[in-house]
Amino acid sequence: MIWDWGFALEILPVLARAAIISIEATLIGFALAASLGLVLAVVRIAVPWTSWTISVLVELIRSTPLLIQIFFLYFVFPKFGVVLDAFTAGVLAIGIHYAAYCSEVYRAGFDNIHRGQWEASIALNLSSWTTFRDIIIPQAIPPIVPALGNYLVALFKETPLLSAIAVMELMQTAKIIGSETFRYTEPITLVGLFFLAMSLVSAALIRSLEELLNRRTTR
Amino acid sequence: MGIRTLVAMLVIALVVIGALATQESYRMFMPGLLQGAVLTVEIAVLGSLLAIIMGVLAALARMYGPTPLRWLATVYVEIFRGTSALVQLFWLFFVLPQFGVTINAFVVAVLALGLNVGAYGSECVRGAIQSVARGQWEACTALNMSRPQMLRRIILPQAFVAMIPPWGNLFIELLKSTALVSLITLSDLAFKAQQMNQNTFKTIPIFTLVLLMYLAMSLVVTIGMRLLERRASLGLARGKAA
Repeated sequence: MIWDWGFALEILPVLARAAIISIEATLIGFALAASLGLVLAVVRIAVPWTSWTISVLVELIRSTPLLIQIFFLYFVFPKFGVVLDAFTAGVLAIGIHYAAYCSEVYRAGFDNIHRGQWEASIALNLSSWTTFRDIIIPQAIPPIVPALGNYLVALFKETPLLSAIAVMELMQTAKIIGSETFRYTEPITLVGLFFLAMSLVSAALIRSLEELLNRRTTR
Repeated sequence: MGIRTLVAMLVIALVVIGALATQESYRMFMPGLLQGAVLTVEIAVLGSLLAIIMGVLAALARMYGPTPLRWLATVYVEIFRGTSALVQLFWLFFVLPQFGVTINAFVVAVLALGLNVGAYGSECVRGAIQSVARGQWEACTALNMSRPQMLRRIILPQAFVAMIPPWGNLFIELLKSTALVSLITLSDLAFKAQQMNQNTFKTIPIFTLVLLMYLAMSLVVTIGMRLLERRASLGLARGKAA
């Protein structure tokens, strides 16, 4: 028997518990990515001399593999006296990696704001903090929500990488079940199906969110 | 970022690698890492070729194929875009043997990454084909061209230019994803790094060199795609004037 339903049902609760860790990592990682990305994008515009540094930094982060960055945080940071446990290091790496991508999304959002809005803010003598908080960000965020949503799904699909530093998330749990029982078919297939289901559901959610936002912002 | 900045970054990365390689504590890792880098490049190149083939086939099947083929292509794209690359890699490596199909790790790596990126690529191809102006399609119909003629002579050459930037991003994604193959026992750059790290605990030199090497490889891809884009859009009235 190639596929054993009894065994699949038996491991389902264990995988479900691990799925919670995966989702936790996704949510914390994305919260970090979304906020750090926004900070990077804002600082880049508000403090002109950092612009070049930040774009080089973003380029560096985007052109090296996430797996190596996870290893870097997990293995290299302890040498500088910063010891992070596996979950923290992994989530931090994912968050920073996606912050680089998100900052580009925010930048696109800011670039789409009409020039007159910036000029009007200067004319009204608003500080750059107020300009961003009250004028630019409220207009820039809604159009880029779908793009951020896509990165949320992409980030979620990267969480199996955490298994490489032995975080007990979905993939690691499936691998352990596989090595204990010598049955890899059910655990890994179930993990695949779980990701497929989550991705399809979130893709549908993003699409309806996009429609909602389009309806609200169409003038 | 401008192409000059990218070239400058590449030169700096290479110079730093070269400078570090002259130091005793770094030099000992160079041969092993370079060996790993060769495997990384091999997988990336073969994976990219497979991705291009799959991307074009899936896009054409989805747009013009008969209904069963269209379904098949849609299922392929949704499955490979909907699950993690790592899960796909593990599935091909650990699960397929249980169905009696054993493939060696290198082929699994190329297959998984090529199929994964191909699924994303098919959407780029589809978008690019659909972005060709309507008048072009209508003109082809007016000239009584058959569909293959229309695609080969008129549509694809124009769609090709629009495809270059998204494919550039995908090639970089693929290059970075090759780091995953270290988890199915292939001794690529990431695997060598981890192996040396476990043997020597010289974490800082190893990972610094590895990051720089990946950076250099990605920059080569980015610069190459920029040049290709510049070359391909010569004589086409699109985008900003150079």
